[in-house]
Amino acid sequence: MATASGKTAKRLAVAKTYKIFIGGQFPRTESARYYTLKDRQGAVIANICRSSRKDFRNAMVAARGAQDGWAKASAYLRGQILYRVAEMLEGRREQFSAELKLQGAAMRAADKEVDATIDRLVYFAGWADKYQQVFSSVNPVASSHFNFSVLEPTGVVAILAPEASGLLGLISNIAPVIVGGNTCVALASESMPLCAVSFAEVLHAADVPPGVVNILTGYRSELSGQFASHMDVNAIIYCDGDQQTDKAVQVAAADNIKRVLRRTDVSWADESSQHPYLVRDTQEVKTTWHPIGK
Amino acid sequence: MSLSAVTSTHKLPDMSRVPTVDEVGVNERVARFQTRSIKSASKVEALKLILSMIDLTTLEGQDTPGKVRQLCQKALHLHDAMPGLPHVAAVCVYPTMVKVAKKALGNSGINIASVATAFPSGQAPLSVKLDDTRMAVAEGANEIDMVISRGEFLAGNYGMVFDEIVAIKDACGDAHLKVILETGELGTLDRVRQASELAMHAGADFIKTSTGKIQPAATMQVTLVMLQAIRDYYAATGRMVGMKPAGGIAHSKLAIHYLVMLRETLGKAWMTPQWFRFGASSLANDVLMQIRKQATGVYQSADYFSKD
Repeated sequence: MATASGKTAKRLAVAKTYKIFIGGQFPRTESARYYTLKDRQGAVIANICRSSRKDFRNAMVAARGAQDGWAKASAYLRGQILYRVAEMLEGRREQFSAELKLQGAAMRAADKEVDATIDRLVYFAGWADKYQQVFSSVNPVASSHFNFSVLEPTGVVAILAPEASGLLGLISNIAPVIVGGNTCVALASESMPLCAVSFAEVLHAADVPPGVVNILTGYRSELSGQFASHMDVNAIIYCDGDQQTDKAVQVAAADNIKRVLRRTDVSWADESSQHPYLVRDTQEVKTTWHPIGK
Repeated sequence: MSLSAVTSTHKLPDMSRVPTVDEVGVNERVARFQTRSIKSASKVEALKLILSMIDLTTLEGQDTPGKVRQLCQKALHLHDAMPGLPHVAAVCVYPTMVKVAKKALGNSGINIASVATAFPSGQAPLSVKLDDTRMAVAEGANEIDMVISRGEFLAGNYGMVFDEIVAIKDACGDAHLKVILETGELGTLDRVRQASELAMHAGADFIKTSTGKIQPAATMQVTLVMLQAIRDYYAATGRMVGMKPAGGIAHSKLAIHYLVMLRETLGKAWMTPQWFRFGASSLANDVLMQIRKQATGVYQSADYFSKD
């Protein structure tokens, strides 16, 4: 990937193969298709898997299979694992920074985005054992019941990641979903997919159970309909919607009444874009009426 | 009952002359079956055929009459939201549950298969196995799934295994006899071929791969070897024998590969529930989800299909 520096000029560059991430493994797309990612000068950076609906289907099977176990993991453990992801990312910041630059980011902006990503992971890791207290409640009722509401993960969340923020935007959407016990299938930014694939390698090395996060690359126009219509998806987060996709996604999502979360015009680099309501977005409120003596 | 009297109509083949199996060839052939392109219209037909070939199975120590009734209910109402689906071929239960299944299924046309002969190990005296079989038949089982004595087979007592199958077949009366080879315990494909020949010559109506209690259960490799044995037996004797792979077939895609293999090994005549079965518990729902996917174009969720 990186061009050889002066010292190793004679050495052949070893280019990285960017693959997708399904169920803890790195397959190529089953469709054998790819698209070519180019830098601003038109030079080829890498060939990127153009995932098909079957890849998405396979990823959904992996995500569904992992969901129960992940939701049952203790909040503390989920937080620890997320924190571990941040640690691993910290150790590989140069790789991510280099990839961002390859995709057109300015040097300082790239470093800043990697820093912000690590901080954001730590931020959501911290919420793992706290959001439940903040959002749960004991409710006053006019009968002899102890009535309380707690959050439960909604299940499998499909994410169409922001186009313009290849790393931070992706992580800002994945982290709050998985910290709450959901699993997810995310479609990376079409024009900035490098960091998404490398992030999958970080997840792989950081004790995140296989299937909890699945990352695909490919054409959004081809896959968004599948993301919205798949009956096993419990919620869909789509970033950068326009009026046309809004309608298409919402109509397709109505079949099994998915939660539809539209995140448009969010400045992911801004700290105001991190808040626990992102965790609550993919939670279901379960209210229990427990009979008590008078 | 005198065993020799029965054996006179069946003859144990010379086991030393049973053809050996080319394992590399089998693997290559099996890989080839998985590359066939199946068009959507054929896929829908194949899926429906698979449904009609399923022996919906529950064989657990924890089976209760309620669990069996629930399974029968599933067999009767696979997915009422989609009219025009075929029903499964049979419900497969333990002998003690045959009565419950019989009552639940009534005259729906769904057969009742019962495992017998000290399933799954087969480690019991012949008298016990015969009583087990007769009891299941008397309670209303139309099909008996017996296990062979793998211990005796592996020890080389082919005659004993042979006589046992003959005796059980006799005890079955009108009920169809499926002989489970438990290929996972036989070790080699050569022994699978030998056991297949032995079972067919002893009068088996069906040969079946596995109990589902031993890993590996059904694989495409052993199924191919057994299908080839059936083909050769048919060529030699003119008698058709059915095939039932059981255990480990949980997905439609794999089941379709099995159908391709069946079609290309034995031909069209075997492509009916009368001659081919899938022993499975979770396959039915996957097939239903695929049929629904073909009809709607949308990938399905297990949440919308009844559990079995």
